[in-house]
Amino acid sequence: MDAMLAEAPAAATDSRRVKISIRGAEKRFGDMVALKGVDLDLYENSFTCLLGPSGCGKSTLLNMIAGFTQPSAGQVLVDGRAVQGPSADRGVVFQEYALFPWRTAIDNVAFGPMLKGMPKAKQREIAKRYLAMVGLAGHESKYPGNLSGGMKQRVAIARALANDPSVLLMDEPFGALDAQTRETLQEEMLRIWEHERKTVVFVTHSISEAIFLADRIVVMATRPGAVKQIFDLDLPRPRERSDADFVRLEKEIKLLVRAEVQKLGVI
Amino acid sequence: MSAEWRKRLSTGGMRCVAILLFLAIWFVVSMGNAHWWKFFNPVLLPTPIEVVKAGIAAWQSGELQDNILASMARVLQGFAIAAIAGVVVGLAVGTWRPLERLVEPMIELLRPIPPLAFLPMMVLWFGIGEMSKIAFIAYAAFFPVFTTTVEGIKYVDPVLLRAASSLGASRADLFRHVVLPAATPSIITGLRLGFGLSFFVIVAAEFIAADSGLGYMINDARTFFMVSQMLLGAVVIGLIGFGVNILLRSVEGWLLRWRVATRG
Repeated sequence: MDAMLAEAPAAATDSRRVKISIRGAEKRFGDMVALKGVDLDLYENSFTCLLGPSGCGKSTLLNMIAGFTQPSAGQVLVDGRAVQGPSADRGVVFQEYALFPWRTAIDNVAFGPMLKGMPKAKQREIAKRYLAMVGLAGHESKYPGNLSGGMKQRVAIARALANDPSVLLMDEPFGALDAQTRETLQEEMLRIWEHERKTVVFVTHSISEAIFLADRIVVMATRPGAVKQIFDLDLPRPRERSDADFVRLEKEIKLLVRAEVQKLGVI
Repeated sequence: MSAEWRKRLSTGGMRCVAILLFLAIWFVVSMGNAHWWKFFNPVLLPTPIEVVKAGIAAWQSGELQDNILASMARVLQGFAIAAIAGVVVGLAVGTWRPLERLVEPMIELLRPIPPLAFLPMMVLWFGIGEMSKIAFIAYAAFFPVFTTTVEGIKYVDPVLLRAASSLGASRADLFRHVVLPAATPSIITGLRLGFGLSFFVIVAAEFIAADSGLGYMINDARTFFMVSQMLLGAVVIGLIGFGVNILLRSVEGWLLRWRVATRG
């Protein structure tokens, strides 16, 4: 078998430290089961994509890791401790950017350091560095209202990184962007991740985005939301979307996802 | 000259033309009536020039300044009380649900009653001195400030709260760094409405129980059938309101410069 894929967590990775451990996590809203019995271990500094159509509970799972919502049953552990609520150690990037519109780009990025009580000069120095890292040097004093969607998401990524979290949670971060901006940001995301190793959990419904980015793709099932299949990828980076292996994997996952979409009954 | 400036200049020009046109119509109607048509007693509608003359006379006697100061002092004191009370109570009610359930029905009960309905009561309680007028303004201006503050807090985008808490914000941080700045635009709108209302009600209060102020001046002029002076009172109130609104808008523009940026 060439480049990639073993369908269960590979034995070779067992020596790596488990960063996020999801054990029998369930989420119910009244009678509706949004997420059923998820068991998942994510390794430190790995890049995981949660992939599935809307309604598969991928965002719910991400929100449980972030601490925005608690599982109805089971546990979410980060570094062996149950997640109680949001924390500065788990940075979140949202699809809708969630920038503070009354703060300039640099003040948005400096938000985390400010909360930590760092001196003003230090806050600005950190914020400036991360803005430069996401390619926004020179845009420091602009308000979010004056930035394009792609630039806003760059600021949001810089803001999450400036806090130096060990986990970076991204909820369809490029979902609202046009195709070109999206691909550029995917490439930059990888470049940043090589540089600032974090445990990344990235929610998406784009198969090609997931294959382009991830070490591990968790394909989710719908009704109820659950883990359907896990792919561990060892395609070398940078990945080429026209590569035979890339295309083959894309087809395979597409079939899986299509089956889940059909279960929803709306096509 | 940039296109934006040209646009600004031309809208400014249009405004001047509109004001001049208004004055011209007023002038033609009153002059025409006095000299040619004689539809009504010319005393009833003095020309703008006569109003200006009345203004100069009132200024020279010092009466005009005294009345302006008296009204402004009442408005400022009453409005200051309303602003502080409205924002503080609004913030408390907006952040603390049990308090909201307690206070909201009371407010909703009182709000539809025109504040003027309470004016005689206020005079009864606080006497005919300054206190009754200040309390009356404070009461009237409280509602818009309070309501917009509560609304502003209620509609803070929840994703901003999530973003801040994932960056390590405590409850106090959330309030100070997210809720408060997010609610600022609507609080400012409330303050502007409240200030307008203060002006609105002070004149009525001064009609009823006062021996100074612009409302008193208008009412006093009515007793002596000095129509120019009655109009003068109205014009001065209009000019002050206009000026104050420009001032408040520029303060608003500065405080909310990020929002102006969004529009630009």
